[in-house]
Amino acid sequence: MIRVVLPSHLRGLARVGGEVALEVAGPVTQRAVLDALEAAHPVLRGTIRDQQTQRRRPLVRFFACAQDLSHQPPDAPLPDAVAAGAEPLLIVGAMAGG
Amino acid sequence: MSGVRLLVGTKKGAFVLTADGRREKWTVEGPHFGGWEIYHVAGSAADPDRLYASQTSGWFGQLIQRSDDGGKSWAAVGKEFLYDGVPGTHQWYDGTPHPWEFKRVWHLEPSLDDPDTVYAGVEDAALFRSTDGGASWHELSGLRGHGSGQWWQPGAGGMCLHTIVLDPTDSRRMYVAISAAGAFRSEDAGATWKPINRGLVSKYELPDPNAEVGHCVHRIAMHPSRPRVLFMQKHWDVMRSDDAGESWQEVSGNLPSDFGFPIAVHAHEPETVYVVPIHSDSEHYPPEGKLRVYRSRTGGGEWEALTRGLPQRDCYVNVLRDAMAVDKLESCGVYFGTTGGQVYGSTDGGDHWSPIVRDLPAVLSVEAQTLP
Repeated sequence: MIRVVLPSHLRGLARVGGEVALEVAGPVTQRAVLDALEAAHPVLRGTIRDQQTQRRRPLVRFFACAQDLSHQPPDAPLPDAVAAGAEPLLIVGAMAGG
Repeated sequence: MSGVRLLVGTKKGAFVLTADGRREKWTVEGPHFGGWEIYHVAGSAADPDRLYASQTSGWFGQLIQRSDDGGKSWAAVGKEFLYDGVPGTHQWYDGTPHPWEFKRVWHLEPSLDDPDTVYAGVEDAALFRSTDGGASWHELSGLRGHGSGQWWQPGAGGMCLHTIVLDPTDSRRMYVAISAAGAFRSEDAGATWKPINRGLVSKYELPDPNAEVGHCVHRIAMHPSRPRVLFMQKHWDVMRSDDAGESWQEVSGNLPSDFGFPIAVHAHEPETVYVVPIHSDSEHYPPEGKLRVYRSRTGGGEWEALTRGLPQRDCYVNVLRDAMAVDKLESCGVYFGTTGGQVYGSTDGGDHWSPIVRDLPAVLSVEAQTLP
């Protein structure tokens, strides 16, 4: 299972408490994880990436295994520890005031 | 006994304030959608338990929430606001062309007779309509495409369509206002639009007295019994039209400042109008640090300060354009929220005020529902 940690705003929106566990078929990439996340929680469509362009929203960041993966291509493999479920993919709202 | 429900949108969530017809004791529920900016919450006149809320965030974008039980529970509905066709450009702050980009929903206006039909005013300025309870949204692109869109320009708060007024006597007539483009009227249910800005004067920002668009209209109000009479709080100036917006006359009269955001009309007295004067466009607080609602019983021109129960010293809050409303009880209730998080109410048309709640996040909008 792939583990995903959402920011509090999106946990509330998706009505989930802690981590989200997802089954991801095939290579574990940002796109595959977000596809699985949005399929499990349709209300999240458009909140992490644009619904039309599929591009990451500017103030959303992706971290895992102490690495900033925000600028990695969406089809690049995520770290092995994420694919193995040992580490979560962190979806984070950027520190930008508010 | 009938009651009142106030729908309050704030910078960090929505709140529902309820009271019975005496309006003495209020119940505060919320925050709903804590941490999100709730630009507007509006209830259907046809079904008071049908509510719509605009939930938005600079991080996570736009959502629309719908309640079918008066705000006890909510469900996210459609949130795709796609401009019709190629959006084109409007003017940027520096006068250069800038592409239309959807940012957020400022205002939701439910149809007067169908709970599933609701209009949305958005930034960058456009008008959308849903006829399926918010599941899907379609632009009424005749507004943006009527010819002047390329000359619209953002105000300080962005280029937003913030006011939607529906004529209760003619379902095909509606008005909208845009900062900074001006006011527009449709006679065919939103298919085509006409700018209605004759008589508005924006001396410095818009030297051409005949400019068709470019005015920074802040809010328009109408009494349902006289749908051709409109009151407007412009950036500067309080205005009145007696011909459905064909012409406007200034009615600022003796106001201490004619800058402000909200304007509202008494539920039972079509010539009684309320504004909240603000010192200036660069100092968004009341003159002299005194929070005063001004009431005109003459349709403008002559104004009296309403101060009882409102802070008369050291008060530097603002009252935003969607943050004032009236109820329809026999003794008309008037309500407004401030950027300091207070919601004030009056049960006697403004003679006396008291805080309903003091410490909410900055208030963006207040709507009043009169419940059976």
